[in-house]
Amino acid sequence: MRIRVVLPFHLRTLARVNEEVLLEVPDPGTIGGVLDALEAQFPVLRGTIREHGTLRRRPFVRYFACKEDLSLEPVDSVLPDVVRQGAEPFLVVGAMAGG
Amino acid sequence: MSSIRVLVGTKKGAFVLTADGQRQSWKVSGPHFAGWEIYHLKGSPVDPNRIFASQSSGWFGQIIQRSDDGGLTWSPTGSRPEDLVGPDGMPKGEGNKFAYEGEVGTHLWYDGTQHPWEFKRIWHVEPSLTDPDTVFAGAEDAALFKSTDAGRSWKELPGLRSVKSHLWQPGAGGMGLHTIILDPTDPKRIYVAISAAGAFRTDDGGNTWRPINKGLKSLYELPDPDTDVGHCVHHIAMSPQRPGVLFMQKHWDIMRSDNSGDLWSEVSGNLPSDFGFPIEVHAHEPETIYVVPIKSDSEHYPPDGKLRVYRSRMGGQEWEPLTRGLPQQDCYVNVLRDAMAVDSMDPCGVYFGTTGGQVYCSADGGDTWNAIVRDLPAVLSVEVQTLKS
Repeated sequence: MRIRVVLPFHLRTLARVNEEVLLEVPDPGTIGGVLDALEAQFPVLRGTIREHGTLRRRPFVRYFACKEDLSLEPVDSVLPDVVRQGAEPFLVVGAMAGG
Repeated sequence: MSSIRVLVGTKKGAFVLTADGQRQSWKVSGPHFAGWEIYHLKGSPVDPNRIFASQSSGWFGQIIQRSDDGGLTWSPTGSRPEDLVGPDGMPKGEGNKFAYEGEVGTHLWYDGTQHPWEFKRIWHVEPSLTDPDTVFAGAEDAALFKSTDAGRSWKELPGLRSVKSHLWQPGAGGMGLHTIILDPTDPKRIYVAISAAGAFRTDDGGNTWRPINKGLKSLYELPDPDTDVGHCVHHIAMSPQRPGVLFMQKHWDIMRSDNSGDLWSEVSGNLPSDFGFPIEVHAHEPETIYVVPIKSDSEHYPPDGKLRVYRSRMGGQEWEPLTRGLPQQDCYVNVLRDAMAVDSMDPCGVYFGTTGGQVYCSADGGDTWNAIVRDLPAVLSVEVQTLKS
């Protein structure tokens, strides 16, 4: 399936892409599947969203979709149908922090 | 004809300042990596067009960038198709992977407990003196990493952290390895300094290390006068012409060692304050050194609101203030530990950047100063390349 992913400004600059990228993600379309596909297509993003090795989400990175914060969901959670169908994007967001 | 390239790391990007050998008229390029903290950039002495940069962010972590054309274009190391690839044929993207070797271990925490090592960022990059593909990186939490493939991958030199590291502790700015000095006469000898662990030396290329802190006194922070780790060393400088002589700006105190760090003695002399961060050595006069006194550890700005570089021509003890061209009233900036450098022109040029965003240059060894730029983001580091063109 093809999933739309929106990246924050600094990661777009790093990956040299526009705001939205289109990724081929294997079934069933999980959060972890999207991140695996993103890092495979853009190796420069490895370590910037998830830590090397542990693959834990970095503290000030959040995952949003369909106006919901999915950051604390298990990475094997299946994304909402509208995201898996390409109607809505999956968003990687730099969390508000630092004052 | 020589030219000068000044590499400036700031809180919000990198800047490259260039001039001819007169050092009067400057061009400013940047911001590169806009919005990211650039702790340090440094060029290879072997291939000056190869420059490494440490780019980091509290949100997105560590990136190492490399330029092979003197800072005109940059690429994150390890992420291009010609870089290291995994079994699937894609780049492994490990140019920003700094993994501690073996058991991660613990160090002393602020509350006296032990705390596990956590990688945060690279404070300093130090390219090899002989191989353009070899570069060292100093990390927070403190460790020394080495790359032999131009930054595509990194491996820790773990022997350093076996030196009583359970007694190392973070300074107020973090537990960073901020100083890496390569001995030009002995490729197996490396010096490093860590806040707040002290100075260390290897004589076997990084396999084994020993603390070189004898003579340092930190009575308010370390009541045991004989302790050999835990000192808050702010920076160390060495003249390549005389590698056995080291100069140190400690938290408080200016120190010198004439025996490769085996023993230190204080040379603060008549300075108005011996607290500060950077220290540098003149390119051609190994007894001429520069510091920027800061009022105290609680007040990180120059005494009396006067920005003064102090120069000693005697390797310490007797110091003269250098003020011409520097603000002498209402100045409350700081100069950070890696934000001072010299070129190798004659007369020697001296450069420093401030937390107020100014980068100053003296083309006459410190007698007079001019601001190259005045309104950059807070300056974290300054390095200078003297280029033969």
